[in-house]
Amino acid sequence: MANLSFTLNGRPQTLDVDAAMPLLWVLRDVLGLTGTKFSCGIAQCGACTVLLDGKPMRSCVVAVSSAAGKHVTTIEGLSTDGSHPVQRAWVAEQVPQCGYCQSGQILSAVALLAEKKAPTEADIDAAMSGNFCRCGTYSRIRKAIHRAAKETAP
Amino acid sequence: MNGLLNVSRRKFLQATVVGGTGLVLGVSFRSAEAAAPQRFEPNAFLAIDGSGRVTIWVAKSEMGQGVRTALPMVVADELEADWAMVHVEQALAEPKYGRMGTGGSSSVRNSYLPLRKAGAAAREMMVSAAAARWGVEASGCRAESGVVLHAPTGRRLAYGELVAEAAKLPVPADPKLKDPGQFRYIGTPMPRVDIPAKVNGSAVYGIDVRVPNMLVATVVRCPVVGGKLSKLDDSAARAVPGVRRVVPMESGVAVVAESTWPALRGRQALVVSWDEGPHAGLGQDSIWQQLETAVQKPAAVARATGNVTRALAAGRTLEATYQAPLLAHLTMEPQNCVADVQPDGCEVWAPTQVPDRARAVVAKLLGINPERVVVHTTFLGGGFGRRLETDAVVEAVQLSRAVAAPVKVLWTLDDDFAHDFYRPPSVHRLFGALDAAGQPLAWLHRLSVPSRSPERLKNGIDEGALTGALQVPYGFPNLAVEFAASATPVQLGAWRSVAHSYNAFAVESFIDELAHFAGKDPLAFRRSLLAASPRHLRVLDLVADKAGWGRPVPKGRGRGLAVHESFASVVAEVVDVVAEGTGFRVERVVCAVDCGTVVNPNTVEAQVEGGVTFGLSAALREAITIDQGRTVQTSLSEYAPLRMREAPVVEVHVVKTNEPPGGIGEPGVPPLAPAVANAVFAATGKRLRKLPLQPPSRGTG
Ligand code: FES
Ligand code: FES
Repeated sequence: MANLSFTLNGRPQTLDVDAAMPLLWVLRDVLGLTGTKFSCGIAQCGACTVLLDGKPMRSCVVAVSSAAGKHVTTIEGLSTDGSHPVQRAWVAEQVPQCGYCQSGQILSAVALLAEKKAPTEADIDAAMSGNFCRCGTYSRIRKAIHRAAKETAP
Repeated sequence: MNGLLNVSRRKFLQATVVGGTGLVLGVSFRSAEAAAPQRFEPNAFLAIDGSGRVTIWVAKSEMGQGVRTALPMVVADELEADWAMVHVEQALAEPKYGRMGTGGSSSVRNSYLPLRKAGAAAREMMVSAAAARWGVEASGCRAESGVVLHAPTGRRLAYGELVAEAAKLPVPADPKLKDPGQFRYIGTPMPRVDIPAKVNGSAVYGIDVRVPNMLVATVVRCPVVGGKLSKLDDSAARAVPGVRRVVPMESGVAVVAESTWPALRGRQALVVSWDEGPHAGLGQDSIWQQLETAVQKPAAVARATGNVTRALAAGRTLEATYQAPLLAHLTMEPQNCVADVQPDGCEVWAPTQVPDRARAVVAKLLGINPERVVVHTTFLGGGFGRRLETDAVVEAVQLSRAVAAPVKVLWTLDDDFAHDFYRPPSVHRLFGALDAAGQPLAWLHRLSVPSRSPERLKNGIDEGALTGALQVPYGFPNLAVEFAASATPVQLGAWRSVAHSYNAFAVESFIDELAHFAGKDPLAFRRSLLAASPRHLRVLDLVADKAGWGRPVPKGRGRGLAVHESFASVVAEVVDVVAEGTGFRVERVVCAVDCGTVVNPNTVEAQVEGGVTFGLSAALREAITIDQGRTVQTSLSEYAPLRMREAPVVEVHVVKTNEPPGGIGEPGVPPLAPAVANAVFAATGKRLRKLPLQPPSRGTG
């Protein structure tokens, strides 16, 4: 057990938890933020993606101790009313099917768009291929990323 | 520790409320629901309250196919409800909803008329109530968007103002349905009601359910089917902080803990040895050998026209053997269930395709009346047939009973791979004959596939395993379909599109081979044999037009075609491939779909896009193999399903028709694999007869 502090969705957070516990389980079980999903548990599917200081990370393999002092962003931190431009693009393109992979997809897309304002197809392939979608929503994800890029363009 | 116990039911409620489409709480065997006054509830599917708010209950499971939107659209349309006033709830498992199983692409197909009638009856009652209040003939009134109007006098009453009177009227048994021309929602692309919750993290899946004092369990199971626990040392597991109990059970050994992390760590610390039982030597080669041997000699005749034996002896013949592997469902949400066994009943939360069956299974397991079992259906993080099984439900109930607390049982993805109910493996031997003029003379399809259970065999024939082969639409004067029965200890189940998934591969590959054998264009050859199948012709013509069939294709590229009917819909697909090195890449898939009346065009397109991508993943890469009685592929890297970078462009074109709705969740899958194989043949001259077409090399990913 250790006292750990980090910023979670813009708010300071201090916790007394097992430092080795993956961030995923801290978010889901300790803090009740269940928008971050568990699937493969071994960094192969991207369902558990969160942003750590803006970079996409697989929270299933990141010990909570590595988040100490950093900014953690989960799907709940983008906006609860769906007003983030990437969320809006996801709704406009009606991307999710079962939806289980989509928190991770959205956060990977947010990180991509923070790096590249107008990503190419190859940029999208590179940034998004670690996020598996069993329902096969890939073509809509691609469209939604382009839409979000266009809508946030200056 | 700031643990699970701090996360209260309040939080759980909140999560569902934010989603707006979450679970119904408070309706349980413990608290009889007081009938709300001023509420009009003419049937199981809808209610209107005094404010005019319309509640529509969906009795099918939402797994991404859009039923939580499509089914309410049907009710709301006939009801003439204002969509803005519609609130959708997931139904609890109750007999009043009839069969609740969500599978076989049946939700819209089977609910369409009953739901229209439910909506129309309520509309007529609203109109009658208003007419009575005004003292006018009901025939002079009409309903429109939540309001009853009396045109001659311009009077109007909102539904909410009429609930008390309408509730006293008899429910018309045979209400007049709308003419399709008057549809307000059916056929209009409507945003899915579940999507807002799926982009802000508030959608509640089974894995997200929490109830007060809930414990979390993971289960280690014998890797070999039919194996049993022989030795257990749980001392290290019990020493993990947060682990409460280790429970040996029928399916394996469960570690029950305060939350997920200790449950997973405790499981790792278990020292278990198994008695692997009689199937420890089972290997993939013997599975194939058994099926290949079975198709060598004539088998049970499931369909016969003319005299195939004579025709095959008389004509110019072609023969080919196809093979399709075991497949995993790979839902992204691992199997899970929450159960709370109480002295007087049981409450269950499950991402299930069969809430009604789950209820019966739990009642039987506990020896109680089904009325004492409440089953809440959550969102499903993928179904594809996997969640037609109730194994996780049974585990959760057994564990809750054993530890006398609510328990969430949670599988890992490895568990899902290793203990799935797989799509069965199949071997198909096909024979065809042409006459001297090159005209089609005979078709013989002999299929060997292990049955999901011996009870499925009737006179040596498993009709379920033959769907899609038995109904081959091509008009051969001599045609036979034979079934060679077999069995396997491997757990088998229904995988998206079920038998169509392998039978379409054999049928649509072989018809293509026969076309080339006859020296004919594959489209023209098919058309010539489909005079009795206008729906097939229509989608073929549409897809040919949209894909540019017949236009020259550059060297190194190829275009392949397939058409298949399943679940009352017909889908034709044209696939473009590019040869690359020794392999190929799928570039574009054009689909033409006849699924009858379309309720939500937005969902239909999405389901076909998804089905094509799902089908392509399987066609190119996926196979489960068995070695020493265990599943070889237990991770994504080994199974290697399709990722973003390999996803092709998918175009969907839908035929306009007022025929009854067909299925849409599955019909996009079957034509894909043969269309790809046919395209590869067109591009390279190489005929691929074994799925998957591009198997991943072992250990890559
Ligand atoms: S659950 Fe973390 S990458 Fe799959
Ligand atoms: S939407 Fe179902 S896994 Fe992606």
